[in-house]
Amino acid sequence: MEAQTPIDILIVGTNRSIMETIARLIDKDGEWLATIANNQSEALAICRSKDFGLALIGAGLSPSEEEELQQAWSANYPNMPIVKHYGGGSGLLYAEIYKALGN
Amino acid sequence: MAQTVLHKADTRGVADHGWLKSYQSFSFAGYYNPERINFGALRVLNDDIVSGGRGFGEHPHDNMEIISIPLEGELQHRDSMGNIATIKSGEIQVMSAGTGIYHAEYNPDTNHPAKFLQIWVFPNKRNVTPRYDQVLVDTKGKKNEWIQILSPNPDDAGVWIHQDAWFNMANFDAGVSQTYSLHSPDHGVYIFVLAGELEIEGRTLAARDGLGIWETTQFEVKATADARFLLMEVPMKF
Repeated sequence: MEAQTPIDILIVGTNRSIMETIARLIDKDGEWLATIANNQSEALAICRSKDFGLALIGAGLSPSEEEELQQAWSANYPNMPIVKHYGGGSGLLYAEIYKALGN
Repeated sequence: MAQTVLHKADTRGVADHGWLKSYQSFSFAGYYNPERINFGALRVLNDDIVSGGRGFGEHPHDNMEIISIPLEGELQHRDSMGNIATIKSGEIQVMSAGTGIYHAEYNPDTNHPAKFLQIWVFPNKRNVTPRYDQVLVDTKGKKNEWIQILSPNPDDAGVWIHQDAWFNMANFDAGVSQTYSLHSPDHGVYIFVLAGELEIEGRTLAARDGLGIWETTQFEVKATADARFLLMEVPMKF
């Protein structure tokens, strides 16, 4: 059976160790693949080089950075769902992703 | 007219990890039910049983108000802010995870399980400075009244959180009826029965049932048997 191409998920946040935990939890699923961006500019740059099926905004960005990211993504990648991630770990993560991907 | 949603105890998600048995009123970790994501700002209500001597290893949280209410036994808490504490029945613990926090919790009693409620409320502000607190809430001997254990106000009874939420614990004798008045018509209340039986808006609630009620300014809670329950008022839009 042909393996499914994983869905690329971009996670943005300033707490490196929490981002790594979230990335590990996402990658564990097998059908998703996480990419970490440590700040707003890195997130925008990464999006220019790769298509993502979903973007999760984690902790540490200012309200204006969150807003600018959402505006830029909505304008340039209208089909990419954008989710503000809450909780920092496995508790809400899967429900947030399932819901955003329409599962 | 008041709107209600009833979550019977046996419809909750169940996670059994051996050392942890968790009954989940809303989608959490591996339990996903698109019809059961949240009730307003109330996102998690887990009814957890932790085996003796076992617990949660160090793990992160961010941007969430996390409330723990021990029901039986005790839990030892350690976090990345340097807090080391034990909470036991009668106390309530709160963590504002904000920009990020790591913590671990375990049951120090190797002979008995610890039972506690783990409740997560969406904050009204993202990326706050993390904080930890615990308070003793004396509910013993207090009957047939609302006992406030949480509010948005640092100077008020119980713990406080970054959200317009009010939690009350209550012990009602059979036959007692009390009216609960909401702080805002935009709020809703989720009632979780710990023991006994209640009747609210024509609905009967048994132990571990949950009832959400909104689009009302007040409602009556009647105990049809001696009952102990938690009442959580939260904004429905946040």
